[in-house]
Amino acid sequence: MSQEQMLEKWQGEVFTFVIGATKQEGGTRGSVVKVGGEKTLPFLRKEGALPNSAAVALEIFDVPPADWPQDLTAAYGGVLSNPLEWADACVKKFGAELLCVRLAGAHPDYGNRTPDQEAAFLTKLAGTVDVPLIVRGCGDDAKDNTVLPLCSEALKGERCLFGSAVQENYKTLTAAVTADGHGIIAESPIDLNIAKQLNILISDLGLPLERIVMDPTIGALGYGLEYAYSIMERARLAALSGDRNVACPFICFTGQETWKVKEAFAEKADFPHWGEREKRGILWEAVTASALLQAGADILVMRHPKAAEEIKKYAGNR
Amino acid sequence: MLVIGELINGMFARVGRAIEKKDGAVIRKIALAQSASGAGALDINCGPGSRDPVEDMRWLVESAGRATDKLLVLDSGKTEVLEAGLRSAGRPCLLNSATAEPERLKRLLDLAGRYKSGLIVLTVGTSGMPQGCGQRVEAAAQIVEICVETGFPLDNIYLDPVLMPVSVAQSQVLAALEAIREFKVISPQLKSVVGLSNVSQSSRNRGLLNRVFLPMAVAAGLDAAILDPTDRELMDTLAAADILLNKNIYCESFLKQCAKE
Repeated sequence: MSQEQMLEKWQGEVFTFVIGATKQEGGTRGSVVKVGGEKTLPFLRKEGALPNSAAVALEIFDVPPADWPQDLTAAYGGVLSNPLEWADACVKKFGAELLCVRLAGAHPDYGNRTPDQEAAFLTKLAGTVDVPLIVRGCGDDAKDNTVLPLCSEALKGERCLFGSAVQENYKTLTAAVTADGHGIIAESPIDLNIAKQLNILISDLGLPLERIVMDPTIGALGYGLEYAYSIMERARLAALSGDRNVACPFICFTGQETWKVKEAFAEKADFPHWGEREKRGILWEAVTASALLQAGADILVMRHPKAAEEIKKYAGNR
Repeated sequence: MLVIGELINGMFARVGRAIEKKDGAVIRKIALAQSASGAGALDINCGPGSRDPVEDMRWLVESAGRATDKLLVLDSGKTEVLEAGLRSAGRPCLLNSATAEPERLKRLLDLAGRYKSGLIVLTVGTSGMPQGCGQRVEAAAQIVEICVETGFPLDNIYLDPVLMPVSVAQSQVLAALEAIREFKVISPQLKSVVGLSNVSQSSRNRGLLNRVFLPMAVAAGLDAAILDPTDRELMDTLAAADILLNKNIYCESFLKQCAKE
């Protein structure tokens, strides 16, 4: 008996966003990274086109990270105290195609670097590496509203991705990003209704939906990953069914979430049945990322180079 | 749900005059207004007064088709009028409509198939207007049988359960709702459509009746409705129904967003 394969037909598609602008496009990047464009769910190539691989970014900070576990810091071998060297190592040594820089040092409690300092740092960074950039503020809304517009202007024309806009604070960043030709990260607290609303609010200000990337907020494996998964899945199903307001690519901060859970760094002596600490953290980050790829992640921001390397093999086959 | 705008119909004085004078600007304006209000498709009907429906259909389709890329629903009882519309459109349309009467149904399936178009089929069998849910489902089964026989794809069929005025045949409104549910049992590929304003014909409070019937039909699984998309209250009702039935992801400004689409 012959079997008929039941294939879903989708009407909608995910918007495509290109991170980075080359010289021809008015920027200075040596390459660009295209994300989104899916016409079906992840890995279901028979149902529709998946034109772009999921992108894997490595994450750097503008100041040495204070709370990174030893396995992470060891992986970078001493460059963490110099963000430009760190960035260079990510690209040259670890082959990062995309770099996410967190301006942690701007935080009032964590260095309180000035907007000018951060803008100058980003200009130097853009001169040091030529991969496309994702720039994130320090997380303090008031401070980010002074820092990010200047940083956006400093990188004008480079078509970066700037974040993060949240429902209570999106106007300043949206205006800056719109003026300087970047894309925006719209962050919602594991809440699809807010994610959709925020996309509408941002696009109402004049930044087209095509320039929004959604951060649904994720949890690491064992820490609410399934909530993020179901939200991403629901949004993607709606997007493919034609709801343009949730049809933006997803960015997932996998490294940030993974390396704060104890499974990633607890000593074997404390949990003998958990296995080797040195392998466990990498695996935890890679497994979290692989589940997010299944959920529809378009950009994975990772911390451990080995985890990033492993997940790239999988992301490329999506 | 697919909203099919009903306003390009020669029955309306403004459209009738535009047809008479071949005033394309009027048709374009109505086409754009309906699209902007949320119509995903536009019904095109020359109206009962047309002296040359073949030419009028050709002209209406040309005028509306240039204004918008929305799906055009060619509405006529005459095969040659439908074909004139299809030729003029130069793209797949939806034909409105056939009945379960085999000879005409086969002719229209053939026509729709040749133009890669869909077909609305009234669940009216050879015994006349259907009574109760049973007769509608019976007609639907006959329609499906003929489609399968002729190899016409079922997902290009919209079944119309024949909505009758509540003031004339009160029990038939519920029967139509039940039939919408039953069509999906016959085949999940089958879609359903109603001409919404039929339900309130010759009643008072027509808007209210339309507004209450529509969410009931959506809850029963209705896929498309021919209605006035510029009726804001009606479209808001539909938006709320879609949210309450989990067909659309809720967000605070769901009304504004639906109006925009």
